[in-house]
Amino acid sequence: MENIILKTEGVNKFFYDPIEFQVLKNISFEVQRGEFLTMIGKSGSGKSTLLYILSTMDTEYTGKLYIDNQLTTGLSIDKLAELRNEKIGFVFQFHYLLNEFTCLKNVMIPALKLGKIAPKEIEERAYEKLKILGLADQALKPSNKLSGGQQQRVAIARALINDPLLIMGDEPSGNLDSKNTNIVFDILQDLSKNYGQTIIAVTHDEDFAKKSDRTIEMHDGEIKSA
Amino acid sequence: MNINADIAKTYIFSNKKLTAVAALGVLLGMSVYIFMNSMMVGFDRSANESIFRSTPHIRVYKEDVISQVLVQEHPENYLIINPKIVPKNNRIINPNLIIETISKEKEVTVVTPQVNTSVFYNNGKSQIAGLAIGILPNQANQMYNISSFMVEGLFDQLKSNMNGIIIGSGVAKKMNVTIGDNINLTSSKGVNRNFKIIGIFKSNNSKVDNVNSYINLSTSQQLLKEGNNYITDINVNIKDPEQAEEIAKKLAAMTGYNAEGWKQTNETLMAAFRMRRIVINFVSLTILLVAGFGIYNILNMTVTQKINDIAILKAIGFKGKDVIRIFVTQAVSIGFMGVIGGVIMATIIIKMLQHVYIGGDIGYFPIRYELAKYLQGVGIGMFITFWAGYIPARKAASVDPVSIFRK
Ligand SMILES: Nc1ncnc2c1ncn2[C@@H]1O[C@H](COP(=O)(O)OP(=O)(O)OP(=O)(O)O)[C@@H](O)[C@H]1O
Ligand SMILES: [Mg+2]
Repeated sequence: MENIILKTEGVNKFFYDPIEFQVLKNISFEVQRGEFLTMIGKSGSGKSTLLYILSTMDTEYTGKLYIDNQLTTGLSIDKLAELRNEKIGFVFQFHYLLNEFTCLKNVMIPALKLGKIAPKEIEERAYEKLKILGLADQALKPSNKLSGGQQQRVAIARALINDPLLIMGDEPSGNLDSKNTNIVFDILQDLSKNYGQTIIAVTHDEDFAKKSDRTIEMHDGEIKSA
Repeated sequence: MNINADIAKTYIFSNKKLTAVAALGVLLGMSVYIFMNSMMVGFDRSANESIFRSTPHIRVYKEDVISQVLVQEHPENYLIINPKIVPKNNRIINPNLIIETISKEKEVTVVTPQVNTSVFYNNGKSQIAGLAIGILPNQANQMYNISSFMVEGLFDQLKSNMNGIIIGSGVAKKMNVTIGDNINLTSSKGVNRNFKIIGIFKSNNSKVDNVNSYINLSTSQQLLKEGNNYITDINVNIKDPEQAEEIAKKLAAMTGYNAEGWKQTNETLMAAFRMRRIVINFVSLTILLVAGFGIYNILNMTVTQKINDIAILKAIGFKGKDVIRIFVTQAVSIGFMGVIGGVIMATIIIKMLQHVYIGGDIGYFPIRYELAKYLQGVGIGMFITFWAGYIPARKAASVDPVSIFRK
């Protein structure tokens, strides 16, 4: 029990527009601490929808979600925001950096928001993270002056800044070439193996999935094999 | 610096042009607001000053009475055909007692009796109609500050010279007389009397300057063939002229005579002032509001442009109220820049206008730095700015990050 970091119990979700349609059907599974989990499945099978629920950003579902042994279902929006800030790091398919800020600032923002340590220290840590991702020399560039792969890595650095319990990625290597995909994968694997980081990543890339600890396959809103 | 303010600052400076345009809008609105309202205060003040040179705050007098049916029972059964004003005079009975009672009121600063006489000014063949105002020189000077708008002669000489007269500059010009000359007055009671001109005043109200003159109270009573107990008006000045109407009511009840505040006396003028005030308030507020729309537009645009940023910020743990703070900070900062600029601009405009000579009854442009209007303008400006930012900010706060990430 101690080692379960995320758990769902019978999660169902419906869309009502344009017609009533059940995207997720009775999803129940667990994620262990330090596990590198990938989710695959056909387009439209509900992977992203599930990930948004796991991330606590989508609250319109039935069933239960536990993160770090805490029931998050039914918490207020503000409480969930605090929880995300402290415990979850995101990497999205489309980089989603703040364009008008430097890479360094982008990485620093979640920590500045959390406000647990002094800005000076946050800056040092952000440099450190960027160095891990091989971007120390890009730190002071505006984020929109970077290549796609570089931006993706900055996003990973940002996801790491608060030392979250969980890192979630929706196709974190989706629009990268094979070389950059490998870089991203290696980084994630390194984080999981050497830093004990828990990772949940949605992917279309079979090779990427094969190399992870465990793969969940989604099919028409259900988990096919666990 | 707080991270919300930090982000707001970045948005302000990453789009300098938009920020400048919005701030410029506020600057213009702000300066026009302060300038127009200060101008209005200046106009009102100079108009009031001019009014108080010939009008007391409150006038106590006896109203003419229309003849009425004398029968006590069922007067409605009787009718007077062609009723007329009762041929009694307008004298106030026992004026000294009334003056004494009014003086005891604590809001009252000056009480003085006055007797007005319609006269003709005669000089050789020329004759013009006018009004001789019989006054007690000391008290009247306290009330109207006549000595301050004398252009020739000394007001104090009126006290010692029962045949002295101080005439308006318009009268002097029309009669072609000057200080030291004699002038003949004919009263409505047919009394003729020679006066020596000991002074000329110019109140900057041409209606007064062309008609009025000041003489001693007792001389005025003689012109009307009345004794020294004959008083038609008791004039009262109070501490705060704005309270004139209320205190007038009180005095009327106390004395049993009519009491009229200066606003009532100058009803038409006051109506014109009110209209001016409404127009200026409306125009200046509208201009500020338009400046507010400028900020609103720019904030709305920023929110639309930055919708991805907002989704990311919410995903990484920013709450709705953080997002509101970011955009409200942006709006209020732009507003603040505009307000500061507007205050400086208004000060420059006022400074320049003070040196503009208008001429006529006004002289130099009657405008001053009105602290109250500055504060009012800054307050309203910041208030409008806040809402111009808050409305788009609330929209930003309600952005659902999932719906943005799905696109
Ligand atoms: N806002 C919405 N309203 C209605 N239906 C939706 C909405 N968002 C997604 N869907 C539907 O839900 C289903 C699952 O969508 P989801 O994005 O989770 O798929 P996915 O597995 O991530 O696909 P992909 O691999 O293409 O990203 C799809 O059939 C989609 O059409
Ligand atoms: Mg998807």
